Amino acid sequence: MTGLVGIVEQCRTLIEDVTFPRARAWKEEGGEVIGGFPVYAPMELVHAAGMFPVSLFGAGGGVEIEAADSRIQSFVCSITRSTLELGLRGNLDAFDGFLFTNICDVARNLSGVFARNFRGKMIEYLHLPQNVGSSAAVDYMTGELRRVLASLERLGGRLVSQNDLARSVAVLEENRALLRELYRIRSESPWLLPASESYVLARASGLLPKEEHTKLLEDALLEVRARSARPMDKMRILLLGSFCEQPPLALLKAVEDAGCYVLDDDLALGLRFLDRPTAANGDPLRAIAEGFVHRAMTSSVCHTIRPRTDWLVGRARELGVDGVLFCTAKFCEPALYDYIPYKEALEKAEIPHLHVEFEEKMTAFEQARTQVETFVESVLFDSEER
Amino acid sequence: MTATMTVPQDVGKTLQRDLLAKYYSALETANQRGEPVAYLFIPGNLVELMRCFGFHAVYPEINALQCGIKKVAGDNIVRAEDLGYSSDVCGYVKNDVGLMLADRLSPFGKIPKPDLLVCNYSGCNTFIKWFEALAHFYGAEFALVDLPYIREDGISKGDVAYVVAQLKELIARCEARTGIPFSEAKLREILGFSRQAEELWVQILHLAKEHPSPFDSYFEAVFYMAPINMLRGTPECVDYNRQVLAEMKTRRDEKRGPVPEEKFRIVVEGPPAWPHFRTFWELFKRWGAVAVASTYSKVGGLYDQGVRHDPNRPLESIAEYAMGSYTNWNLKKRADLLRRYVEEYEADALVIHSVKSCRSFSVGQADFREEFVNELGIPTLMIESDLADPRYFQEAQLRNRIDAFFESLTQRRLTGPTA
Repeated sequence: MTGLVGIVEQCRTLIEDVTFPRARAWKEEGGEVIGGFPVYAPMELVHAAGMFPVSLFGAGGGVEIEAADSRIQSFVCSITRSTLELGLRGNLDAFDGFLFTNICDVARNLSGVFARNFRGKMIEYLHLPQNVGSSAAVDYMTGELRRVLASLERLGGRLVSQNDLARSVAVLEENRALLRELYRIRSESPWLLPASESYVLARASGLLPKEEHTKLLEDALLEVRARSARPMDKMRILLLGSFCEQPPLALLKAVEDAGCYVLDDDLALGLRFLDRPTAANGDPLRAIAEGFVHRAMTSSVCHTIRPRTDWLVGRARELGVDGVLFCTAKFCEPALYDYIPYKEALEKAEIPHLHVEFEEKMTAFEQARTQVETFVESVLFDSEER
Repeated sequence: MTATMTVPQDVGKTLQRDLLAKYYSALETANQRGEPVAYLFIPGNLVELMRCFGFHAVYPEINALQCGIKKVAGDNIVRAEDLGYSSDVCGYVKNDVGLMLADRLSPFGKIPKPDLLVCNYSGCNTFIKWFEALAHFYGAEFALVDLPYIREDGISKGDVAYVVAQLKELIARCEARTGIPFSEAKLREILGFSRQAEELWVQILHLAKEHPSPFDSYFEAVFYMAPINMLRGTPECVDYNRQVLAEMKTRRDEKRGPVPEEKFRIVVEGPPAWPHFRTFWELFKRWGAVAVASTYSKVGGLYDQGVRHDPNRPLESIAEYAMGSYTNWNLKKRADLLRRYVEEYEADALVIHSVKSCRSFSVGQADFREEFVNELGIPTLMIESDLADPRYFQEAQLRNRIDAFFESLTQRRLTGPTA
């Protein structure tokens, strides 16, 4: 396969391979590999330390859950269980360390579970500042980044210079800029790039060395722009709630097949995470901290000063969508809590919405497809009526 | 009321009930009288600061557990689920939303609306989502105080500096809102009362090291701890703890405990099943099992581990206290604490009550069991229900598990531990 189809296929193979072939290859060449649990991890630090940053997203149904079932209660989301299962089965043996953050209580505690079960490895929990309105947030986060950097330096046995950090900030920013471009094209011309394709292209950013992925995205974007597809009469939606655990690819396809153009989404949000560029000048650690505190994309895992309901209604109107699809992982508390105010705000703004819940191990998509089809029909019919 | 008065039987419970009745009665008319109301969470709460500005403190977690005990949490939860809340999210949150939908009319009085939502985010991410939702529903002002998780062995200077800076920002907001200038002298006075109550509370907790233990450090301590969690910084709280200490010393001298004969000493991890509290306790009592230490009684502060408010270091000590609640400790520190409790309180076993509502407590508990059973050789029972939602309490199943556990402990005593 060549062209865009070939690139997409290459990425899909990569995200479905739960043996982490690139991480193993990196390790075999004598390098270190660091895994980051969603949503966001400051991978610039890992890159600057000369290590391979890999963004973990569970197993997507790719492993049978055995050992982890006795460790993680039944009322906890799939990504937690499958990520632990991957570790207990040895799929993460090539990893030298893991980064976790305070996106939810489960992810936070998973850092402790990892620390106990994988004792030789570097396990760091970063407490990212939630009080983004505080004048002390950037100073605090800069200190937290310095602490994690020192941990990486100990692991690698070498110091990381300011220049190393500045270069890595630029490398990751270049990658994020292309991801933003990918999303821009999709929101303007969704017929050129289905969400199911854009998703796998973006996800590969967490599984390939950043420079390699940047090159891959450049090639892909050339191909996307050259496509000659024409717009069809589909419902334009914003998909929300999949910032951490990822829905099965087949579910995304079912949503699109049911008659939707997904103009924007929060899939694998941490790979993009900043909605405006980070400059590498000055103290790079401080630049990363400022990026997180002042330019993080809106999601259910970061507190915002402006109510997120205002953001959602504004975003929906800016995109000109016909509706919002909440696509949330079962047991995902941040998404499930936000769903209530979001839904109320959308109803007040007369923007239609639908909620679909998924799990990694989900295999039947007919019901979800029917739900979305009904949603599409009702909204499109309604607008014709008017 | 002073400690020199005749101490009635069970002062710990009767006086607690009176104090709470007085507290709830004052809340009822707060809105009408135009007195400011702040909502706070128990772990790491900043009630001393709020007292400086004359705020009434409302604790939605306490309201939720009270609703649980009074058997109305189930109705509240269903009301919130009708609004769209998932069956998979925290029952405390849903109870609170359900109570709001019922015009905040509880069996213990009318709860006032919030003017300020002080989200002291200590050890629980759900706290943020909870008060964000209340801010949405009530249009009330939201003030976040981000309290870093204890992710290394201790608290770093950077963490304290970050929290102190936020406390100063909160003070400025409270000044602006109430028009009352901040008085450090007043705060010091309030913190003095907190410290006295904390010293007494630790003496009470340590009495459970006696054989038999004069009280149950889980099923009774959860009532005795209400004043230190809610009324800290007042002379009434100091007086209450003094009276409870006196009562527990009397019980000790008379060799009286919570059960006729103490047969098993247990350490309990996890919150109680509030909607079935009596039944839940009975499942242990019937085996002569007494909790000699528990982690739930430390959610409001690990005073027995040295956490103290200090009038000489007002904001710094508030910051350190606020980060020093049990669920804000990392899992390794939690497991180490459980092990020390088993040793220091000479317990026979660890009992883990895993609750669906609170992932902050629950996720990682199966690893505690692994560690205790396989590495430390300490008998451990892990059971599951909920702290708020009555639907998750399966009595017959729990009874079977608990009976089997104590039967095996009995057997173990007769024959010694098996390999």
